[in-house]
Amino acid sequence: MATETSKAVTSKTMALAKAINESLRRALETDPKVLVMGEDVGKLGGVFRVTDGLQKDFGESRVIDTPLAESGIVGTAIGLALRGYRPVVEIQFDGFVFPAYDQIVTQLAKMHARSLGKVKLPVVIRIPYGGGIGAVEHHSESPEALFAHVAGLKIVSPSNSSDAYWMMQQAIQSDDPVIFFEPKRRYWDKGEVNTEAIPGPLHKAQVVREGTDLTLVAYGPMVKTCLEVADAAAEEGRNLEVLDLRSVSPLDFDAIQTSVEKTRRLVVVHEAPVFFGSGAEIAARITERCYYHLEAPVLRVGGYHAPYPPARLEEEYLPGLDRVLDAVDRALAY
Amino acid sequence: MTVESTAARKPRRSAGTKKSPSTEPELVQLLTPEGKRVKNAAYDKYVAGITPDELRGLYRDMVLTRRFDAEATSLQRQGELGLWASLLGQEAAQIGSGRATREDDYVFPTYREHGVAWCRGVPPENLLGMFRGVNNGGWDPNSNNFQLYTIVIGSQTLHATGYAMGITKDGADSAVIAYFGDGASSQGDVAESFTFSAVYNAPVVFFCQNNQWAISEPTEKQTRVPLYQRAQGFGFPGVRVDGNDVLACLAVTKWALERARAGEGPTLVEAFTYRMGAHTTSDDPTRYRGDEERQAWEAKDPILRLRRYLEASNHADEGFFAELEAESEALGRRVREAVRAMPDPDHFAIFEHAYADGHALVDEERAQFAAYQASFADGEGA
Repeated sequence: MATETSKAVTSKTMALAKAINESLRRALETDPKVLVMGEDVGKLGGVFRVTDGLQKDFGESRVIDTPLAESGIVGTAIGLALRGYRPVVEIQFDGFVFPAYDQIVTQLAKMHARSLGKVKLPVVIRIPYGGGIGAVEHHSESPEALFAHVAGLKIVSPSNSSDAYWMMQQAIQSDDPVIFFEPKRRYWDKGEVNTEAIPGPLHKAQVVREGTDLTLVAYGPMVKTCLEVADAAAEEGRNLEVLDLRSVSPLDFDAIQTSVEKTRRLVVVHEAPVFFGSGAEIAARITERCYYHLEAPVLRVGGYHAPYPPARLEEEYLPGLDRVLDAVDRALAY
Repeated sequence: MTVESTAARKPRRSAGTKKSPSTEPELVQLLTPEGKRVKNAAYDKYVAGITPDELRGLYRDMVLTRRFDAEATSLQRQGELGLWASLLGQEAAQIGSGRATREDDYVFPTYREHGVAWCRGVPPENLLGMFRGVNNGGWDPNSNNFQLYTIVIGSQTLHATGYAMGITKDGADSAVIAYFGDGASSQGDVAESFTFSAVYNAPVVFFCQNNQWAISEPTEKQTRVPLYQRAQGFGFPGVRVDGNDVLACLAVTKWALERARAGEGPTLVEAFTYRMGAHTTSDDPTRYRGDEERQAWEAKDPILRLRRYLEASNHADEGFFAELEAESEALGRRVREAVRAMPDPDHFAIFEHAYADGHALVDEERAQFAAYQASFADGEGA
């Protein structure tokens, strides 16, 4: 996040989940139209405690425990938005979003265009996503590309506490529907949050490590992995640049292009399956934009074209340090 | 007849609640097919104060809606519209329920609610843009509190429920009416909207026009129980009304809307009616249903029965009917001319309104499209 202002006294260290909690609290405080809704978001505070304490302080009318019906949650959030509210809905886990897929794709994404701009749908859909927590089936998926393919939606994913805080503020202020993918395995990672900083634009990527030899592009949970890769590569004398996309739709191709024109090599990393994943789109567009700069084909590291495996196998399925380093080596070998 | 939830008021069965001989359950009727007014202890009061002028108004609404509908069907046959979903036969259900709404109420329609749109004051020609293919919704929903047509069936029942939840949060006493059909009653979204509205006691009326056919599938393919009885399992009342009786539809919908306003929660109204025409202009009902059924329903025509009542009670004279005939033809002409004059949208409308706050990729693709289009202009100039 662009926190170029000097560290103010308002800067606090907090876990990523807590940063979202604080951001929701701030939104509920400052805008009476903001609502939080979802399964178990009330007394329990959500299964990850992201909404902890909010119902106690803002009441059941604004922090709403819903029936266990995802289409119903998103469908009624649409109706509330039509009435002038700004609902922030929680889908409990990535793999549970599909009952709501129709409402999201068919209605939420299209109503603004259908109404020729007369109707706005400021709905945020929070989805804890990705693997690495040893969960059962349907609790570790990364479905962002399934949503990025749909015009009318905006897709973002923070990688750290500061972005989690500020990107949530911006998502709630957006007049477009935003799907907010939360890297659940990073929920407990701590980071600095300056609650008085002036955030940069929501959909701009951020260079989180400067380098000259190769660009690693990631978002959400894989940013940390890529930073670790860059550290490991540095020990071997390789100077990698790491770009945190932060937004999957729109996608900041200008930032990738700028980086690739410098480093001439690109590896894209995400947990989602490689096939038809966001890396494919990045590879195609960067090949077109940077054809004469590239020294190697754009390589991708991600999940396999197989259902997300049982937890004991997920470390093999997920891109880890070694798999990303392997791709880096292959790109540098050209 | 109603199904009662523990908390709900229940209109008692009365003389006007007719028991049909066949498998049809009882339904609320105030006007027989012959145009005879029958008493109903529970619902009479909702139309007690109705004036001859208002009765003529209901008749006029139904006649003009049918005329508009016929014009739209013709326009499709002439190639001016790509498709049309006719409401023929459902005028009473739509005008009765539509006229029961208050200005501050909000309507969530399917794609066939042309009569309700008429009641809400949406200019009828504006409904035709989407069927001509010049837009996907040609009116501002908030101008008349009439949402855009929803083509995927049942989805709007959840939007209606959410909107109604918002009314409660605002402390307002408006109500919402959600339209859907017998086919949509099988959709999960409809069941979820029943659950949500019941749990949150949302001020919403679910108005199901059971027109007996979901394209080619009869109601038996959707349900083993009369649809209005579904409400019982969700904990709110359901009532079946004669959907070809405009007075009964008006009365029952007023009752249900008043319940909503009074904080008594949702109601399911099943308007028992018949789709006299095809599902849409692309459909061929001769493949799946016989004409005898249609003829039987023709005898229950909603417009004819109100005309009989108006004539028998001397509430309308020949001059009224003649004047209305002329008004109908003028409406048909107006709609015809408006549709033929509808321009094709500008090419760049593809990109317009994809997002409220803009999107970098849309901007990029719009620019590429513009350059591509401009390349032809250069060629012509060369």
